Amino acid sequence: MNNTQTFYNGGKVFIGLIIFVILVTLPFWYNHGKAAPTPEPQLTEKAKAEKACIRPKDVMKSEHMQILNNWRNTVVRNTNRIYETADGKRFDMSLSNTCLDCHSNKAEFCDRCHNYVAVAPYCWQCHIEKPKETKE
Amino acid sequence: MKSSRRSFLKVAGVSALGTGLLKPVADLLAASGGHGEAPAEKVYKNEKALKAKQWAMVIDTRKFGSEKDLRPIIEACHKIHNVPSIDNKRHEIKWIWEEEFKHAFPDQELRFLPERIEHLPFLVFCNQCENPPCVRACPTKATFKRDDGIVLMDFHRCIGCRFCMAACPYGSRSFNFRDPRPFIKETNPKFPTRMKGVVEKCNFCEERLAVGQIPACVEASNGALVFGDLEDPESDVRKLLRENFTIRRKQALGTGPAIYYIV
Repeated sequence: MNNTQTFYNGGKVFIGLIIFVILVTLPFWYNHGKAAPTPEPQLTEKAKAEKACIRPKDVMKSEHMQILNNWRNTVVRNTNRIYETADGKRFDMSLSNTCLDCHSNKAEFCDRCHNYVAVAPYCWQCHIEKPKETKE
Repeated sequence: MKSSRRSFLKVAGVSALGTGLLKPVADLLAASGGHGEAPAEKVYKNEKALKAKQWAMVIDTRKFGSEKDLRPIIEACHKIHNVPSIDNKRHEIKWIWEEEFKHAFPDQELRFLPERIEHLPFLVFCNQCENPPCVRACPTKATFKRDDGIVLMDFHRCIGCRFCMAACPYGSRSFNFRDPRPFIKETNPKFPTRMKGVVEKCNFCEERLAVGQIPACVEASNGALVFGDLEDPESDVRKLLRENFTIRRKQALGTGPAIYYIV
């Protein structure tokens, strides 16, 4: 111990550091190896019976937000309220009255994925979800 | 490095040519990659939708006796549009309401009012102005004038600045100081509510006109309210305007209110 500097309380410091690192990384250890399963949105009987949405499923999955945004602009700004699908079916462009008519189970259909990807769309602060399925 | 004018022009020319050649390539890349635009969507208007150049209304106040006659009209509107009833006057939301003559028509300086008119409640709501000051005031274009004359609000776009409320000389607009939902007695699931922080007002029942129905207040009024196209000389409103003397609210301001009152 002549030329070296003294490391006071070395043991305690290192134990403290180890505990600190463990504590900080605890969430990673805790969740290690168990990734949350990808949620599967549930269809209501009515939606199942309908078979097809206004666009193919993968388009709806990735682009429903853009579609809804277009819908609201067309309806509010251009007063066009009817949407024709590729196979000629016509729908009233309305989140509350058309989308939610089939997908009346917001908790199992919308919220599952939205929670999984941690987005909180504020559609529901104005648009009314179906009353019986309001459990969050 | 010093470059002569000659070599500069050479480089410039080659670069211009190069960018010209690159553009189709870039277009091709843009078209194939990324999201790509959705195929041209087919959207239509409802065939039954009522159309006009400038919607207007004539209110025959001779058909109203007291507050009692106006109640059902106000309720019809407020019920289908999920307008909350908040008792606190400072938070109140109203689309259509009643007003005394002297408040509704402050510029009609009559020293002696007929007894009938003095205490008669007048039905007032958004005047769907031909030259709406609220539209000019709105910084986000959330309020706009449609081709059919309706001054409409895009609630999605309202940032709650309330410039429109300051601009409107009729007090037709209300601000949601609090979440309106707990104050709505019976919610109409077909129509959205509003949220805290947006302004709202009468929309001339545009959602009903779009499916061929007449405005709710007109329907509930037993003929005291008549609506139609101001630009169509054969319309019901124009007929009434030809046959009766009418007044408008604060006409001198130049907003061109489209609601006419037979007194």
